[in-house]
Amino acid sequence: MSFIPKPKVTHPKLPRNALGLTERDYEGGVSTLCAGCGHDSITAALIQAVFELDIPPHMLGKMSGIGCSSKTPAYFVSQSHGFNSVHGRMPSVTTGANAANNELIYIGVSGDGDSLSIGMGQFAHVIRRNLNMCYIIENNGVYGLTKGQYSASADVGSKAKKGPANRQMPIDPVSTAIGLGATYIARGFSGDKKQLVPLIKGAIMHKGFALLDIISPCVTFNDHEGSTKSYAHTRQFYHHVIDADFIPPAEEIVADYEEGGAMPVELHDGSKIVFRKVDKHYDPTSRAAAFSFLRDSIRAGEIITGLLYIDEETGDMHDLSGSVDRPLAKIPYEELNPGRETLSKVMQRYR
Amino acid sequence: MSTVNDVVIKIATVNGTGSASANGLLMKAIFRMGIPVVGKNYFPSNIQGLPTWYEVRVTGKGYQARADHVDVMVAMNAQTYARDMAEVASGGWLIYDSTWPRSRQLNREDIHVLGIPLSKICNENFDGARARILMKNIAYVGALAALLNIDLDVITELLEETFAKKKQLVESNLKAIRLGYDYALEHFSCPLAKTVERMDRTRGHIVIDGNTAAGLGCVYAGATVGAWYPITPSTSLMDAYKAFCKEFRMDEASGGKKFCIVQAEDELAAIGVVLGASWNGARAFTPTSGPGISLMNEFIGFAYYAEVPAVIFDVQRTGPSTGMPTRTQQCDLMACAYASHGDTKHVLLFPANAEECFYSAIEAFDLADRLQTPVMVLSDLDIGMNDWMCPDLQWDETYRPDRGKLLTAEQLDGMEKFYRYLDSDGDGITYRTLPGEHPRGSFFTRGSGHNKFGGYTEDSAEYQDVVDRLLVKWETARKLVPAPLVEYSKFNKEGIISLGSCDGAVREALDLLGERKIGLNYCRVRAFPFNEDVRQFIERHERVYVVEQNRDGQLRSLLTLDLDIDPARLVSVLHYNGMPINARFVVDKLLEKRAGARAAQDTGS
Repeated sequence: MSFIPKPKVTHPKLPRNALGLTERDYEGGVSTLCAGCGHDSITAALIQAVFELDIPPHMLGKMSGIGCSSKTPAYFVSQSHGFNSVHGRMPSVTTGANAANNELIYIGVSGDGDSLSIGMGQFAHVIRRNLNMCYIIENNGVYGLTKGQYSASADVGSKAKKGPANRQMPIDPVSTAIGLGATYIARGFSGDKKQLVPLIKGAIMHKGFALLDIISPCVTFNDHEGSTKSYAHTRQFYHHVIDADFIPPAEEIVADYEEGGAMPVELHDGSKIVFRKVDKHYDPTSRAAAFSFLRDSIRAGEIITGLLYIDEETGDMHDLSGSVDRPLAKIPYEELNPGRETLSKVMQRYR
Repeated sequence: MSTVNDVVIKIATVNGTGSASANGLLMKAIFRMGIPVVGKNYFPSNIQGLPTWYEVRVTGKGYQARADHVDVMVAMNAQTYARDMAEVASGGWLIYDSTWPRSRQLNREDIHVLGIPLSKICNENFDGARARILMKNIAYVGALAALLNIDLDVITELLEETFAKKKQLVESNLKAIRLGYDYALEHFSCPLAKTVERMDRTRGHIVIDGNTAAGLGCVYAGATVGAWYPITPSTSLMDAYKAFCKEFRMDEASGGKKFCIVQAEDELAAIGVVLGASWNGARAFTPTSGPGISLMNEFIGFAYYAEVPAVIFDVQRTGPSTGMPTRTQQCDLMACAYASHGDTKHVLLFPANAEECFYSAIEAFDLADRLQTPVMVLSDLDIGMNDWMCPDLQWDETYRPDRGKLLTAEQLDGMEKFYRYLDSDGDGITYRTLPGEHPRGSFFTRGSGHNKFGGYTEDSAEYQDVVDRLLVKWETARKLVPAPLVEYSKFNKEGIISLGSCDGAVREALDLLGERKIGLNYCRVRAFPFNEDVRQFIERHERVYVVEQNRDGQLRSLLTLDLDIDPARLVSVLHYNGMPINARFVVDKLLEKRAGARAAQDTGS
């Protein structure tokens, strides 16, 4: 049996969030991934983010497809609702879940195979709907469970463990998402939790589709010399461009940012994302600027990270389709049924 | 032979010329005279310019199937003129537009050919190309009214209702009716030997297509999420759902919609949306056809194993592959019954007509919730897109959705621990919770191996425990699904089993066989898995003819697989050319098979 429940031992002095829960309450089963897997670091960052956001565990939907990444929802927030669906189809399930109940928080965990190959169509279309969800791609450039084939995100020239260099063009989820119209686009690195946690928080609180592409090295099949998704390579070419801090609604922005370098963007619930820009001319609210910056960095071989683009104006799927604010699944049947009298009136049309 | 209220009128036109409203007017006028009608549309997979036919069967006896002949052909399409003429029954009538000369080679001595210069008349009386084309259609309705004795007052009444807000259209349409009517009166001896005459057999009835009825059923069942990818012939189901929702499901205070329709990128996504929404407690559905079912297979298996309710309407069309998208068949029985890899089987419902589409929709949602599994409603193009006369749809105000074993927050409050897949009642159905309802209700939904507690497993015994319990649930489903409709007399040694849209033809065939003193019992199955009554019916007969509309005898296969019946007792009568089955075919084929079976029996003994 490969499901291992984690024993719950809570130190009385552990910090508690607004719900009175400790970070331990947001943990899940013991990970069965390889020791040192980047995905486990992302899981840890996710736990911290939802703990700090005071999300009631049962109000969280953890959605996934198939692959190493898609296993991870079992490793965080046991008391939430997981939906480990079929390969590449997590976006459609999340669309339905959100259509039925918009009160839940949805975190989708996917991988480069799940999103950029088998699920490319669903990935593109969930962006079109601007579905309100946090969509994480745990990107390692390789298929782990089937033992090391290249994925669609493998860079040209990147070497496989036992084979020649990849020659096909990679699909970059970040440029793809910018092109398709995603409204929150960020990239992180599993090895940088400090940067990652605020990016995840922002992605969760953003109303609309938030893509978080996280470079997450595969220690077993893609962490060797010559790989462009290894820890060493990522650390060497890793470039913080636009760091972001997440500020909850009640808190003031503490003015310790460089003048001219800080730029706050308010989210729907009143919380704020504050950008700290390395490049003062960079405008994260301009899709064109974000795209051109990204292309330049790819050419330079840099892995730029941070919150690259945000649009808080475009409505989410429910705004676009004009549905009521209430969760559809909770509308009483009496309100949904037109009744006998209406039916007999409708019958008149068919005589 | 002269008849009253027994005539088949077929109209041959070009699609995209607006003949649909004229044909609808013709059918409804006869219906309003109290005479039962059957309306069938034979159309191409095309938008404009190809041949299309509409057939109105006037049947005082109230038969539901299409007829096997044409009495009056209105040949408006030069392209199909030769074959339309050939189709007219001997002694019948052919009406054509005599504005232009017709080929002299094309003639038949055994039918009456009536020329009406429809284009000429309309060109002289109406302005504008579009109006002239449209009015030409209305004018042939006028001519038919004179030839068949259709009540002009009824036609006037219908036009006034249709164009209540556009008075000038009432006038122009009436003018066109009058032009056709007067020309026929003046030039032919009206009425013909086949006429219509007022009767009182349509009171309390409507004429509706199955897709509209099913869409209305989804609204009444309380469905709030519909996901789909457009595909013929299921599209009008979602169109109907949407139209009814816009009328009855708007929130008065906010103006918001109390429904959400997702036009997905493909059928894989459509069923994914349905599963996500159902998991979250909404009643959700997707309408599709055969190719869509093929694409949905993986998710259907997921829903079976993870036990997520889903309602799927498969409006079957002619396969395999793209097949003939605008022709009918019952060819997805096997594909739906065992959809997806691994050991899977699914609950199917078989509505026989438009009326049953409405009630099946409601039943499907109740069964899906009760059994926590996908339920597929297998209609077909004939049911879904053709006009069926049926009793008014009724609504019982005391109806409340059966949401099955769904734990409420209060119930969870009183529980120590909740396990998703624990069978505490012994019926194979376990308790479920909705996300966000209660902190104690959380569980993990997965298509990978899981144990009865909901945990991931690769343990053989734990895995088997769950799949064996699903078999217990299957037997519960057998008791819950609608029983077959059986007409039984102990004097009959042979029986017929059929399903869905074969019903009309089979019933009519039973009458025709009865006239020859051949008595057969009849069992119409309404669901899969098959109820015990189906087994009993087969066991009580020496021979059972299985009438269905596919090449491979899929219903017969299902009967042998699900009930472990000796296949030798089941004799197939198969119709699969894409047109709806008719009584004549059933009679001829059944007699042929019967003679063959008897001869074999004699030689054997």
